Amino acid sequence: MASETRDTARPSAPGGVSFSLSDPTVRAVFYQVLVVGIVIAVGWFLIHNTLDNLSKRSIATGFGFLDREASFGIGESLIDYHPRDSYGRAFLVGVLNTLKVSIIGVVLATVLGTLIGVARLSSNWLIAKLASTYVEIVRNIPPLLQLFFWYALVSESMPPVRQALNPIPGVFLSQRGLFVPVPSADPVWGTMGFALAIAVIAVIFLRRWAKARQERTGQPFPVGSASLGLLIGLPLIAYIAGGAPTALDVPKLQGFNFVGGVVITPEFFAILVGLVVYTAAFIAEVVRSGILAVNWGQTEAARALGIDSGKTLRLVVLPQALRVIVPPLTSQYLNLTKNSSLALAIGYPDLVSIANTTLNQTGQAIEGVAMIMGTYLVISLGISIFMNWYNKRIALVER
Amino acid sequence: MANNVHTGNVHSGNIPDERPPSNTVGPVAWLRNNLFNTWYNALLTILIAWLLFKAIPPLLDWLIFSANSFGTPPQVCRQEGGACWTFVSEKLRFVMFGTFPYDEQWRPLITIVIIIALVLASCDRRFWKPWLALVWIAGLTAVGVLMWGGVLGLTYVENTLWGGLPLTLMLSVVGLSVAFPASVLLALGRRSQLPAIRVISVTYIELIRGVPLISLLFMASVMFPLFLPTGVNFDKLLRAQIAFIMFAAAYMAEAIRGGLQAIPKGQYEAADALGLNYWQAMGKIILPQALAISIPPLVNTFISFFKDTSLVIIIGLYDLLGTAKAALSDPAWRGFYREAYLFIGVIYWVFCFSMSKYSQKLERDLRRGHRR
Repeated sequence: MASETRDTARPSAPGGVSFSLSDPTVRAVFYQVLVVGIVIAVGWFLIHNTLDNLSKRSIATGFGFLDREASFGIGESLIDYHPRDSYGRAFLVGVLNTLKVSIIGVVLATVLGTLIGVARLSSNWLIAKLASTYVEIVRNIPPLLQLFFWYALVSESMPPVRQALNPIPGVFLSQRGLFVPVPSADPVWGTMGFALAIAVIAVIFLRRWAKARQERTGQPFPVGSASLGLLIGLPLIAYIAGGAPTALDVPKLQGFNFVGGVVITPEFFAILVGLVVYTAAFIAEVVRSGILAVNWGQTEAARALGIDSGKTLRLVVLPQALRVIVPPLTSQYLNLTKNSSLALAIGYPDLVSIANTTLNQTGQAIEGVAMIMGTYLVISLGISIFMNWYNKRIALVER
Repeated sequence: MANNVHTGNVHSGNIPDERPPSNTVGPVAWLRNNLFNTWYNALLTILIAWLLFKAIPPLLDWLIFSANSFGTPPQVCRQEGGACWTFVSEKLRFVMFGTFPYDEQWRPLITIVIIIALVLASCDRRFWKPWLALVWIAGLTAVGVLMWGGVLGLTYVENTLWGGLPLTLMLSVVGLSVAFPASVLLALGRRSQLPAIRVISVTYIELIRGVPLISLLFMASVMFPLFLPTGVNFDKLLRAQIAFIMFAAAYMAEAIRGGLQAIPKGQYEAADALGLNYWQAMGKIILPQALAISIPPLVNTFISFFKDTSLVIIIGLYDLLGTAKAALSDPAWRGFYREAYLFIGVIYWVFCFSMSKYSQKLERDLRRGHRR
């Protein structure tokens, strides 16, 4: 930059502009035009070839195919889906399945990863060694291999449907997955959800009020236990007021499979366990380094101030550790979401798997790949925005 | 006070050393400090010891004691339970070399040796000289000759027949060595003062990092044929290799960018002050320092890249995982997935674990170099 100011200070050649490459400003423009030109030329070459090939193979471009009938079945779906539905709806089913496995996976991997990360720092030699063995084994084996293993474990080593294991009454484990009873449909569940929503809002206001009061008067309010009471109490009151229904929808063997209850399919089990086990090993390392990054002096200082150990962890150590943890944790969440596309290899109907079926049936390769990439970019962007917002919230406020 | 010193009951000569209290040394003290220091740790220790006691004997039993020795036919294995190592001995050459012609399989074997030797040589910091690049080019040429053949009296082997460990190693090594220069350019582009170049680099890196590798492989297998003029066609392996290079370049560029950002501004200014132009400044001052800093994160990228090569199974190439899965689909050997996955899992693990240990060692060494 310094060189530019030096050169622009030099009087330009009389009689107009000189196009010498030794002038940094001209050079900068020249190189940028050159690179952009090359990129555009390569892009044009590819697009030209593609259009040429498409017209030769008479493939129509565009997303019109999304309205056509999909005519393939999908193993599991969060919304109603029938093979007569459109490709668009099939794709939506795939997106929801991806989101389902990613969200549950992120939550479970965070819990497991934190436990293992803390365990690696434990003063108990056995626990620490066990946790590091876990991390070193799991991190160094390809996730796809782990997925295949988990899938084979269920689909090959579990008994067939008719000899399903029945560990707890009503729960069945077989090659077709794990069948669990769920409470039968009842209006009271809706009421309980409403009560929970009210409780969440009440807790938010309670926290604000308690904080304001403590700042004004110095009197603390037991926010923790009050919030817990609200969050459990309100739905419980709704449940009892609704007549406390206890009817269960128990899975029963009918024909070749179980009917009723909720099923965890082998595919979902394998992809979820595979992702959680794999990502937890990385999250454990993130958590461990985050905790180690907080100077021991911080804990000692808190003790010297007479803060008890629970509050030391909550108010002194964790807020500082989180600052180190959150950015790498974000990239682990992103990795988990992207790795959920491995579901394709074991037949869990995620968005990649459904887009793959779609592009094989319709021949719309470009649109199919574009839809996969676009959806993942949106999901990645969403996670990044949320985690950046959270990171900003907990970031060090400097004076 | 001074007078009293001599009048007291004073020992003459040395006092014999006292043994430390028995509860601070020895195995008992170690147990007390590391396993039973608090009541909850004692509880956890007992719980875990009990779980290990329950889990390890059956595992060892399956692995070793009731395992069927090499040569037991699969029917017998199925009845007896226990690991069936015949699977590994029977399928070893298929899993390792795929469908490479049986009599020529010494060629992929030498390929494996050459690649491992190249990697090991590159691990030694004494060999970090420009001629190492020449050694790599020579090594990879030898690998190409061995695998393809067609010259020096070797029969020609189509690359659709390649598979197993050589394929995994070649995808990784070729991918990384081609992606490395590209990633240096991308990292420099991202830090460039020129807005157009910066925008192009950032777009490329973030686009690739935002999508899963599978979608890139899809693009390679279904879209690349559309990109090319009619008549020109790449085979599947080359298309997958290009997708891997695109993928690796973006991730490695981010590792190198970290190194570039760690170089103090004074270094750039000093290079300017010496009158060096951009490429001289980068090549002689900035990159040598930045690359040294980014080696540990780069090795981590290598590890994840090595694991990611297993994804080629999705577009129908037979790398190590692909051949293992193909071996399992043989009706006679169905159901021995534990043996198969354990076997290749150990191979992957050995490679990745040694790389990660190396990266940790390197990180320590480099930090020692920076200490003042």
